[in-house]
Amino acid sequence: MFDKRMTLTAVVSQLHDGMTIGIGGWGPRRKPMALVREILRSNLKDLTIIAYGGADVGMLAAAGRIRKLVFAFVSLDAIPLEPWFRKARESGSLDVLEVDEGMLQWGLKAAAFGLPFLPTRVGLGTDLAALGGLKTVTSPYDDGETLIAMPALKLDAALLHVNRSDWRGNVQAFGPDTYYDDWFAKAATRCFVTAEDVVERIEDDHAADAKANIVPRCFISGVVAAPGGAHPSSMPPLYGWDSKFLKAYAGAAAAEGGWAAWHAENTGASETDYMAKVGGIDAISSLPLPVF
Amino acid sequence: MATRQEVTLAELCILACSEAFRGGGEIVATGVGPVPRLAAGLAKLTHTPELMMTDGEAYLVEEPVPIGPRGDYQPKFAGHLPFSRFFDDAVWTGRRHAMVTPTQIDRFGQTNLSALGGTHKQPKVQMLGVRGFPGNSVYHPNSMFIPAHSTRVFCAGEVDMVSSAGYNPAKRIAGGNYSGIDLRRIVTNLCVMDFGGPDHAVRVISLHPGVDFGDVQAATGFPLLLAANAGVTAIPDEAALAIITRLDPHAIRASVIKDNPPAQRP
Repeated sequence: MFDKRMTLTAVVSQLHDGMTIGIGGWGPRRKPMALVREILRSNLKDLTIIAYGGADVGMLAAAGRIRKLVFAFVSLDAIPLEPWFRKARESGSLDVLEVDEGMLQWGLKAAAFGLPFLPTRVGLGTDLAALGGLKTVTSPYDDGETLIAMPALKLDAALLHVNRSDWRGNVQAFGPDTYYDDWFAKAATRCFVTAEDVVERIEDDHAADAKANIVPRCFISGVVAAPGGAHPSSMPPLYGWDSKFLKAYAGAAAAEGGWAAWHAENTGASETDYMAKVGGIDAISSLPLPVF
Repeated sequence: MATRQEVTLAELCILACSEAFRGGGEIVATGVGPVPRLAAGLAKLTHTPELMMTDGEAYLVEEPVPIGPRGDYQPKFAGHLPFSRFFDDAVWTGRRHAMVTPTQIDRFGQTNLSALGGTHKQPKVQMLGVRGFPGNSVYHPNSMFIPAHSTRVFCAGEVDMVSSAGYNPAKRIAGGNYSGIDLRRIVTNLCVMDFGGPDHAVRVISLHPGVDFGDVQAATGFPLLLAANAGVTAIPDEAALAIITRLDPHAIRASVIKDNPPAQRP
């Protein structure tokens, strides 16, 4: 009745030009890259992307799909400066709202609660408010404090990659940190997840992992099985990020042929094609977890 | 006893940075980069055991985790502090002291990690973005470590993009609460500074062995003060060096300052 299983293509067919899309994960960690690649295979454009950015943002920017980016950073950790993001920024091709990491999750929380904004001290004394057009509010209580009103970051869609889900959208996310994935889901009209493993009924064999259910299923609209779907980002405890791949990806930003050459060579005609190119789930599973 | 010739400048900086965390209480000491991180570990293992630290990712540890490849070493988790709880538990509650390395710092202590030159729509050089600097700067103590003291880092005028708040009156909106701005130390390859001058002016509080105040001023784009009691920065003793070596078994600290010079300038 409410079987939420679908394909990558079906998810992307529900996304439209001009949408505001939030992408879960953090830098080069837990990114729903299979969905990002599926967007790259589509004609989707003029997107507003909101993310703790890594190669997801770099690729979409390089491919010219982003009209506006809401970000606090874009980084590949081991390669601190994301070269495709830099290129896009330095060419002036992106509209941006630059915010603090905490403000970004605060804006998602405002959206999740249906509030127009949430007040914060963060941003005071910096250039963020002036550059981003952020307005202030005055506390109506005796303190009369002036605060920045962080606007709600309402998402048309959120994209996440999780470790496990069932067809109802009962998700489980493992690893030491699931970042703000739950708030991306709650800030969105619809949230689509890819999962390393899609099972029938999660309560049958995985009840002991119920605490890994980062967000209840009423916030999940679609579930796609995508083993290795975070590659080249990390997906603890299963695999680390692919340093070799990311180095080549970063290097390609300065190489002849630019994005078109990289895309033609690496994105693949389908996810099956991509997985074959990178050696399949066995190769991905052997990528060591990063040491911080 | 190690001499100034045997101790490296990086090791001296680790000790100087660790002093920034002294007496900090039960807060998270975050050192970003090898020298600040080793400094936080050294502080916790010597004068300030109540400090809290993470494994560099998401778990709290009571035994600082050595940096670099871990071999057989298994971090021992004592608590959990993921990014998903970081603002609630550490930053926005003021329970943290971060030591970071911004790209630019000005005389107000404002820093820039975001972009250089051009416009915000089209910067000449895009860097990381502001990350968590704005929140850090209004909520908890912050210190800085700069491995190459220069007028490019310590810039004249103001930083290109104010990523973290400092003591600049012109940047303060009426009614805003700036009481959380608490800039502690700046440790560089030349000296240790603080914001203890009039109106939080930057002043040199100790010079590394063999460095003159004139050397520091020449490498700084704004006027500096010299504290009345400024002395020579202390060099780590054998016990401190043993801890540093244990926390950095691969000598990653040797790659932080150009040519890994000795603590004593010739």
